[in-house]
Amino acid sequence: MEKYWHVLNIGLQNTMVYRLNFLFRATFGLIPLIAIISVWRAIYDGKPGGQIASYGLSEMISYYLVITIVDALTAVTEDDWQIASDIKDGNISQFLLKPMDYLTYRLCLFCSGRLVYAVVALVPTCAFIWLLRDNFILPPDAATAGGFAVSVALTALLQFLFSFTLALLAFWVLEVATFIFIAFAFEYLAGGHLFPLDLLPPALAGALDYTPFPYMLFFPVSIWLGRVTGDALWLGVLVQALWVVAAYALARLVWSRGIKKYSAVGG
Amino acid sequence: MSSGFKVQGSKSTGASPSPDAIPHSPFPIRHYLGLYAALWRNSVIRELGFKANFLMWIVVEALWFALQLSFISVLYLHTESIGSWTKWQVVALVGTSHLIQQLFTAIFLTNLTALSEHIRTGKLDFMILLPVNTRFLVSFRQVDLGGFVNAIGALCVIGYSLHRLGHTPGVAQVVGFLLLILVGILIHYSLMLMLSATSFWTVRAQGIVWGYYNLFNIARLPDEAFRGPFKAVFTFALPMLLVSNVPVRLLVDKLASPLEILLLVALAAIIFAASELLWRSALKRYTSASS
Repeated sequence: MEKYWHVLNIGLQNTMVYRLNFLFRATFGLIPLIAIISVWRAIYDGKPGGQIASYGLSEMISYYLVITIVDALTAVTEDDWQIASDIKDGNISQFLLKPMDYLTYRLCLFCSGRLVYAVVALVPTCAFIWLLRDNFILPPDAATAGGFAVSVALTALLQFLFSFTLALLAFWVLEVATFIFIAFAFEYLAGGHLFPLDLLPPALAGALDYTPFPYMLFFPVSIWLGRVTGDALWLGVLVQALWVVAAYALARLVWSRGIKKYSAVGG
Repeated sequence: MSSGFKVQGSKSTGASPSPDAIPHSPFPIRHYLGLYAALWRNSVIRELGFKANFLMWIVVEALWFALQLSFISVLYLHTESIGSWTKWQVVALVGTSHLIQQLFTAIFLTNLTALSEHIRTGKLDFMILLPVNTRFLVSFRQVDLGGFVNAIGALCVIGYSLHRLGHTPGVAQVVGFLLLILVGILIHYSLMLMLSATSFWTVRAQGIVWGYYNLFNIARLPDEAFRGPFKAVFTFALPMLLVSNVPVRLLVDKLASPLEILLLVALAAIIFAASELLWRSALKRYTSASS
């Protein structure tokens, strides 16, 4: 297992090079966030009751802030492109010879990338949250915070496995970018990036519960906001864990199929 | 394929004298139009080489557009208006923003994002040596045809929203709207060119360019949602809150005063002039890549 520590270490050093890039990304990313919060404020101004689908203004603002936090910790940014180009350019040949598992190797790089990004994004994000502190809701108690932490870890795995499997399409098609963007569009809506999923018509929201998408973002955010509690919380975490297992099995299956299909370029 | 050779041929045998090709003609617009037509032909041929990919990118863009529209319809499940903006007015706004963005993508985006790569690799040398205005070549080298297809989709959405509003705009409104779309494209183009030109200094401007693309997202939101310094910055410095809001306000009779149009046009002129100044000083600074 020691070799994977080295991978993690190399990943940390490699991504440190992009720290300024990450800082730009995290800071620029706040502008659309401010915009969406402003739109919600305007909508709540026109609402005498101050409630939209059981969200008060503070809950709504916090929803988007917690999304930013979860995103910083779990979103896949470069990994899928790198995996696809590794396959396209024939770089994975070396992993077939080395005593190293490609999936674990990529997972280590993903973790180190997220770690560096999260540390860099900490400053602008915290500063922004501090500005909005009057409307920022913290998890109600320690158990909830614990549930959130577990759920975020599972979300990260789910995000990674989802992107990994998608990038493996490069074994079969030349250009995977369009597939990645289409899948990302679905995840963007069905994961709750755009708006809390309980704003959808109930039938649609109910149907989404049977897909992995809400567990890729919406679920941990709901835990933080105290909207999922007690048995429902731990049942949800269990379902999320099952999705991770399923995604892992799928990733392994697609990988073994792809390797059979693979013929290295160049030689 | 034969037309492909024609394009190639007309490039390499440029020595043959033609009345349009006089390099120092005092009125070279026809010459440049001819050049642009050749660049168009080139792009069409390139796209035809990857038909499936071309169609897939159109699907991707259409899907993200649908996503924005579904966001609006979910918002309006829970409210009647944002400020004074009603649902179908906002749909027209999202459509207009998409129209501007797609036309900008079709004509300029690939070219401007490629600039930092041309600088890094020294390819810009080659462009500077050609007997053509370098800014012209850098800006117009490639056309992304999918953008035009998606622009048509945006026009359909705008048309449908006007139908739902029960509003038939007059001829003057439509003409003004289209002109303001051009002004909006000019603003995006000038700002993006300035950002890309920063790679003359920093070499790696990709992050900045990506960040700017993020700002596009603000343009499709109703201006009345914003207040304070945020609104001031994105109205007067980077007029994101004007580029699509003002044309839509003109189209649906929402204009508070004609001064808004004046402000948009004046800012476009200022930003374009600034981009030309920056471009010139950046080119002066350019010292190729190798050695």
